[in-house]
This record gives sequence, C-alpha cells and structure tokens, in this order.
Amino acid sequence: MTKRNHRSLTRGLWLFAAGSFVFGFALVPLYDVLCDVTGYGNRSRLAEASEVIESPVTDRLVTVEFISTAPTVGKWEFSPAVRSMEVQPGKLYEAHFHTQNLRAHSVIAQAIPSISPLQATQYFQKTECFCFTPQAFEAEQSREFTVRFIVDPKLPATIDRLTLGYAMYDAKEGSG
Amino acid sequence: MSTVHTHAGHQADTHHDAHDHHGPEKGWRRWVFATNHKDIGTMYLLFSLTMFFVGGTMAMIIRAELFQPGLQLVNPMFFNSMTTMHALVMIFGAVMPAFVGLANWMIPLQVGAPDMALPRMNNFSFWILPFAFTLLLSTLFVEGGAPASGWTMYPPLVLQTGDAFPLMIFAVHLMGASSIMGAINVIVTIMNMRAPGMSLLKMPLFTWSWLITAYLLIAVMPVLAGAVTMLLTDHYFGTTFFEAAGGGDPVMYQHIFWFFGHPEVYIMILPAFGIVSEIIPTFSRKRLFGYDAMVYAIASIAFLSFIVWAHHMFTVGMPLAGQMFFMLATMLIAVPTGVKVFNWTATMYKGSLSFEPPMLFALSFLFLFSIGGFSGLMLAIVPADFQYHDTYFVVAHFHYVLVPGAVFAIMAAVYYWLPKWTGHMYNNALAKAHFWASTIFVNVLFFPQHFLGLAGMPRRIPDYNTQFADWNMVSSIGAFGFGLSQLLLVAVIWQSVRGGVKATDKVWDSGMPHGLEWTLSSPPPYHSFEVAPEVK
Amino acid sequence: MLKILKCAAAAIAACLPAGAAFAAWELNMPVGVTELSREIHGLHMLIFWVCVLIAVVVFGAMIYSIVKFRHSKGAIPATFDHSTKVEVVWTVIPIAILVGMAIPAAETLIKIEDMRGSDLSVKVTGYQWQWHYDYIDHNVNFFSRISRDSDAARQLNSGIDPTSVENYLLEVDKRLVVPVDSKIRILLTSSDVIHAWWVPAFGMKKDAYPGFVNELWFRATEPGIYRGQCAELCGYDHAFMPVVVEVKSKQDFDAWLQAQQAGDAPAAQPAAIDSQSDNASATTTVARAE
Repeated sequence: MTKRNHRSLTRGLWLFAAGSFVFGFALVPLYDVLCDVTGYGNRSRLAEASEVIESPVTDRLVTVEFISTAPTVGKWEFSPAVRSMEVQPGKLYEAHFHTQNLRAHSVIAQAIPSISPLQATQYFQKTECFCFTPQAFEAEQSREFTVRFIVDPKLPATIDRLTLGYAMYDAKEGSG
Repeated sequence: MSTVHTHAGHQADTHHDAHDHHGPEKGWRRWVFATNHKDIGTMYLLFSLTMFFVGGTMAMIIRAELFQPGLQLVNPMFFNSMTTMHALVMIFGAVMPAFVGLANWMIPLQVGAPDMALPRMNNFSFWILPFAFTLLLSTLFVEGGAPASGWTMYPPLVLQTGDAFPLMIFAVHLMGASSIMGAINVIVTIMNMRAPGMSLLKMPLFTWSWLITAYLLIAVMPVLAGAVTMLLTDHYFGTTFFEAAGGGDPVMYQHIFWFFGHPEVYIMILPAFGIVSEIIPTFSRKRLFGYDAMVYAIASIAFLSFIVWAHHMFTVGMPLAGQMFFMLATMLIAVPTGVKVFNWTATMYKGSLSFEPPMLFALSFLFLFSIGGFSGLMLAIVPADFQYHDTYFVVAHFHYVLVPGAVFAIMAAVYYWLPKWTGHMYNNALAKAHFWASTIFVNVLFFPQHFLGLAGMPRRIPDYNTQFADWNMVSSIGAFGFGLSQLLLVAVIWQSVRGGVKATDKVWDSGMPHGLEWTLSSPPPYHSFEVAPEVK
Repeated sequence: MLKILKCAAAAIAACLPAGAAFAAWELNMPVGVTELSREIHGLHMLIFWVCVLIAVVVFGAMIYSIVKFRHSKGAIPATFDHSTKVEVVWTVIPIAILVGMAIPAAETLIKIEDMRGSDLSVKVTGYQWQWHYDYIDHNVNFFSRISRDSDAARQLNSGIDPTSVENYLLEVDKRLVVPVDSKIRILLTSSDVIHAWWVPAFGMKKDAYPGFVNELWFRATEPGIYRGQCAELCGYDHAFMPVVVEVKSKQDFDAWLQAQQAGDAPAAQPAAIDSQSDNASATTTVARAE
C-alpha cells in the first residue's frame, strides 16, 4: 500500500522539480514581461522600431546625451557626432554616430542600445536606428549612422536628462 | 509536541531481536550498497565533516594571505579561486550534506518510520556527492586554475574561467540533483510514513523544518541548474542569454541566480531553527513556547524567501519602486525570525536550565545568529546598503548567520544526538573546551570584519590598504584559532565512537517528554520501528 | 556562563561608535562629504541604535533567564507553553519598528534617485583593470590606473613594505577631477565584465555593466581627495583598480579642464596592461574568443 503511495508522491515531486527547472528558463521571457509591467524598462524593446506620431510639447526641454562604447579594444572607432542635445518631447530628432572598422577585413557589427535612467527606457522611441539590424563593414570602412527618435511627452517630470548609450560589438556568428 | 507511548520502542526492540540476520552487511558492501538510513546518515555526516575541513583549509589560506597587507603567499587568481571554492565547498559540501545527514538519521526516528521511504534513491543521492566534489576539487589542477569568479558565478566574468568551467557546471548539476533527491526522500518519508497518531502538528520541529526546507530545495535547486545550464550554452553553444552583444542581459543572470540564492540561504538556516527548537526545551526542562507559532514562522520565512531575492543586488540599477518593494519585503522577514527568537527566549524563561554542550551551542546560536540578524536588518536599508554592499560588512553578516548560525546548530545537533547514535556519552570536558574555543574565536574572527566593511574594505580582495591592517590581523588570528579548535570536535566524535560511558535510552535525563527517538535504545537497533510505535 | 555575558558585553561595547581616536582601528562608517552620504550615515546610525536597543532587550531577557532559572540552583520549570497575547505583541511591535525605519530610508532613496539638475556628466567605463573617464561635454578623456608605487609594492613577494607606500593601493596615475558644490552625474558602463564604482565618502556605489549604462550622482561639499575602489569582483586584479576623485574649487576645476583640453589629445586606447607578468594565461585576458 505504502509502496504505491510513495510512487505517486515521488512522481509528483519529480514533476515539481522538472517544473522548477522549466521555470528557471521561463524567467528569461518573464523578465521582459516583468520589466514592462514594473516600468523597469524593457531593454529588448529598445532594439525595435516604434511607430509614433509627432505631438511636440513646446514648453518643456529635455537633454539627451549620447555616449558610445567600443568594448573590444582596437576593433572599432565609434563616437557620437554631437555629445548632447536639447529636445522637445514629442518631436522627431536625428542624431549621428561615426563608426569605423579598424581592422583590415570585413566584419558585421551589432550596436546594443541602452537608456539611462532606466525608467526613461519606455519613453524613448526610435523610428530608425542602426541598432535594429546588424551592419556590414568593409575593411577599414567608415560609416555615418543615424538614429531618429522621439522622447515621449509622458516622460515623468522627475527626469530632465537622459542618456542614450550604444555599445558596438562584432555580431555573434549566426545572427549576422 | 508528541506524547509518546513508551512501550512502543521496546516492542520494536523485541521485534528486532527476533530478526538478527537483518544486521548490517560486512565490510565495504555495507557502505557502497547502503540503503539503511542510519548508515547513509553517517556517511553524509562524515562527508560533511571532511568537506568542512577542506573548505576550512581554503579559509585558512585566505586568512593567511590577508594576515597583513601586501601579497605574500598566493597570487590574486589563486586567492579568487580560494574564495570561490571555499564558498562552494562549505555551502554544498559541508552545510547542506550535514543537514541531509541529520535528516537521514533523525527523521525516521522522529516520525516512527523504519527507514527513509526511498532507500535506493537515498544511496544514490549520497554517492553522487563524492563524485561531484572530486570533479569540483579537481579543477584546482586544470589549465587556467579553479573557478575564480565567486560562488555566485556572475557572467561575463565566469565565462573567462578556463578548463575548469564545464567541470564546475557539471559539479553544480550533480550537487543539485543530489539535493533534490534528498529532498524528495524527506518529503515522501514525512508525508507517508509517520507513525499512527502522529499528525503533522505533532511532529517534532526538526522534522517540520526539514519538510519545509525540502520543498524549498525542490523549488529552487532546479532554477540554479537552469541558470548554470544557460551559462554553459552561452559559453559553448553560442546562445546569448546573458551577453549584451547578442541582446542578452547579465543582470538577468543575477535575478535568476538570487531567485535560487535567497531561498538557498533559508535552506541552510531553517533546519538549524528546527534543531535549536529541539534542544532548548530539553535543557530548559520546559515545553517549547508557541509550537504552532514556530511552525507558522518557518512557513512564512520560507514563503517570504521567494520575494526578497533582489536585495542581493540593490546596486545593479533598479527602479525606485523595485528598491522600495525589496526593502520592505526584506524587513518583513525580521518579523517571523523575531518571533522565533522571542519564543526560544520564552521557552527558557521560568525553565530550569542546565548547560550541557548541545545547550551551550544552541545558546551561542541564539546570541550570535541574532547579531547576524541585526546586521541583516541594517543591510535591508537600501541607502545604507549602497555603502555596505560588497564590503566586509556583508562578509561578516553572512558568516555570522552561517557559522555561529547554521554550523553551530549542526554541532549542537551532533552533540545532542551523538550518544544516541554511538551509544556512548562523549567527553564532556573536551566538548565544552571545543565550545568555548569555537565561540570565542568565531567572534574574534568575524566581529572585526564589521569594522573593516564599514571602514570601506571591499570583499574578495587579496590585498588591502594599510588602514585595514590591524583588524585584518585580529580576524586572521581568530580564524587560525577557530580552525584549530575544530580538531577538538573530531577528537570528541572519535572518542565517542570508540567507547565511553554507556548512554541511556533517554540520554539527557531532563525529564522532558520529547521525540520518539528517545524511546529507542542507544544506539538504536540497526532496524528500528519495524512495528510502528503508537503516538497519543 | 559569565563568559557569555562578557562576550555579549564586549560585542555591544565594540559596536559603539568610538571617537575616531585610532584611524587604523576604525570601527564605524566615515561620515562622508556629500549631503546624501551624511543622510546615509544618519540612517546607518539610526538602524544601528535600533538594533542595539532590541539587542539589549532580547539579550537581556536571555541572559536573565540563563542566570536566574538554573537547574543547578534548583529552579522548578513552569508549565506554560504559549500565550497568544504575548505572541501578538511581539509580532506587532517589530512591524511598527520596521515601518518606522522604512519611512526615512524611503525618503533618502527618493533623493538618491532624483537625477535632475546635474552640472557635469562624466562617463566612466570599467576595464580589466582600470577606469576610463570621459567628460562627455568637454572632450576630455583619459584612463586612470593604479599608481606605479602601489603597483610595484603589490606584486607577490615584492619585498616592498606596503606601509612605506603612501595611499597603498588607493592611488592612481591620473585622478578624476570634479568641481566642488556641483551635481556630478556619473554614467557607468563597462567594456568587459561587471565592475562597481565606489567612493565611500560620496555614499554611492553602483555596478558598471558591459553594454548598458547605469548612473549615479554626487555633490561634494568640500574640496579634497577621496578614495575608493572597484567593489564588484572583476577578475585577477580586482583589488587593484582604485577610484580616486579630486574635488577642486570651481575656478581650479575650470583651469584644470582648460589645461587638459589644451594638452595632447588623450589616447583612445587603454594603457598597455604591463604589470601582470604572471597572469598571461588565456583565462584572464580581456578578449574572449568570438
């Protein structure tokens, strides 16, 4: 009698453990959902185009700073054309980044965007960005990249300055 | 608490006498093919003791290098390996197997079951461990050295590990599998094999704390397995779960890790709560104060442990609301923990206390674990945490809850049940010497680390500015003293196994009607409770 | 048993904030030079005294029980084993204390998170194992790594006495310079692994992640030199990447900035990491196979 009891309870507990294992992986997509819900700022959505209609707010100015990182030394020259600009929320702006492949062979690049402060992430919309897709470079080629963005007028009043950062990486094999 | 029908044990005894051919196998087969919960419990405890000394040796190397500023003994890489391996060995090799060993020995005796429910799985879950730790310790000799990224294995740093990387991941998988099997065994034993009349709310608190711990283990060990599997695929199979370059996020690893990591902290302390709840009433000669509240407190701590994980990572850059939530949730844990400490104190109040070694360790636990609790409360205050985070203040905090907390509780349990296991009283004077040496040195070792952290010394560094020199030297002296004191523990256990004054069935003649284990002879027959005792 | 009493008493006495008599036997957190760090220090002391108060009551009750109700003195155990009233009381009181603690903590937290009105933005990038500072609106940037003296002394068995080196391990070749009484915004990122930028005197610590930007701010009220170090394990030389910030008067800062702008264009590459002669193994090099 107890043998059968043992078996069913044991099976249930193994299923529980398997469920926990799956849950560990489920945390990956859940993380994005949670970031959305809590206003943490969904970083993966930063790399997607959004459709927004211009509706400028004329009585408010927000400073947008641009910073760039080329983490692997000696592979990329990467810098913003303008270090910062004052923008009206709701209006479409354009910023440029200068990028050069420093190596003597062609390579595919992937820029990773990031916004600080985190809470501003969901209020920063891009209609066009070189970070949406991997970018091909010839040997030692220089390219001028453009990003078009709108700061959402709903940006909390507690934020008067936000920073758009890009890190330039070689695209992972397979994703290029 | 259960009132025991005292004839039951003797019935079991008589029954056993008629079946002497059921005794242990001879030689190595007894251990390799062990299915008897007492044998497996013994092996777990001896394994844990071994790992305690292995991890302790690493701690000695760490404290020797930190004895004075400048690098004298090891290079920074080896130092980082030592901090990493010390943590992994102590957590997964010393503390957790010790609790599983105690569970193996005591849960069947406490619930009146003849053995663990799944004896073959029990054998398997133990024998995985020596393999897992051989694997882990072998990384000390591979190209690139042992893992040196901290036991938290944060990417991207962990991905710089050399050949040790897959060995470490596989070792963690094995330890996890072992823990999960152990936990399943505990739950099935408790749920299905309690003696007639032993309802859940009559179970001894050690058993109760283990039931809850086992559920925590099954819920979170697989999450750790998942996290390290993702590290593995990031390293070898081109996934980018945690790599920014491929759209992943290293912070996400920390969320997943600490979703495991915080319940893990309670996995290492809840059974300790259970042990202390057994010992204090015995030597206070008074029933445990607020039994029900104690059970509910353990359950609520277990529940809360799932919603506080991010307090380990306040400096990652979290939104304000997140910081507030995790601060409040963390502070809330102080409430059930406080209830436990108050109830233990109330148990002693108006009792009749005597101070045998188990009680001494339990009292030391009470004071020193509380100090760890206080520093925990301080760490919960987010703005202050920005200062404390990743300093020696944190090191002091978690060592206070783990060493005079979890480890002292394990030692208390060993001193409490050792005469029951071996049938011999141990050398009381030697045990008390061990207690006083441990208690004094553990404070010399860890208390100054609070000062170091507050003064600004980061953790995980092999060398430091000269302003930290004095307290580091004090701390190191404490460490050497504490390390040497533990040899006394080995001496006590050795003597008690070899012989000594015969222990009575009750062992502790304090007149307290406590668990079923005390109705058996000391040592208990190889097969106990073959006929279930009756609990009124 | 007296020893337990003594231990507890010594422990409590040792926590007391001693007057800063001996710098080397420092017991407590330094107060710091920003308003926030002073507030944080206040919170730290508040929660500390709350803990001491609770400790006195709880440890007092334990010690009283240990001394008073001894079997050896013939104490007869009572038989009570619960009291709902008492249990409710000691559940509710801690909740009240905790809420009382959470309120000032939350107020400070809101101030910490208020990034508005900054005067200067500096991008700080962590490298294994040095910092890179970039004054993003002023076209000044440079690497900052451990000073030569410290670096020589900290080698394994260097034979150099660390006490003979001024600011051992807490000095860099080039300091971050910022103006006093200005809100400095630090934008943190990393080129390789996670680092954490920490200056205790500013009360702030935050992680630097590869590929992401984090920020913190401080407003130092006194000129001076403030030292800290990397606070997140970042590999081989984690212990050897100090953070040193020099706070200058606004005029001095402007002069410094102009001198920097006039000087040679700073190198965009990290200084050659030349001192780790014994760690050439593949596990510690910056670049990963890609």
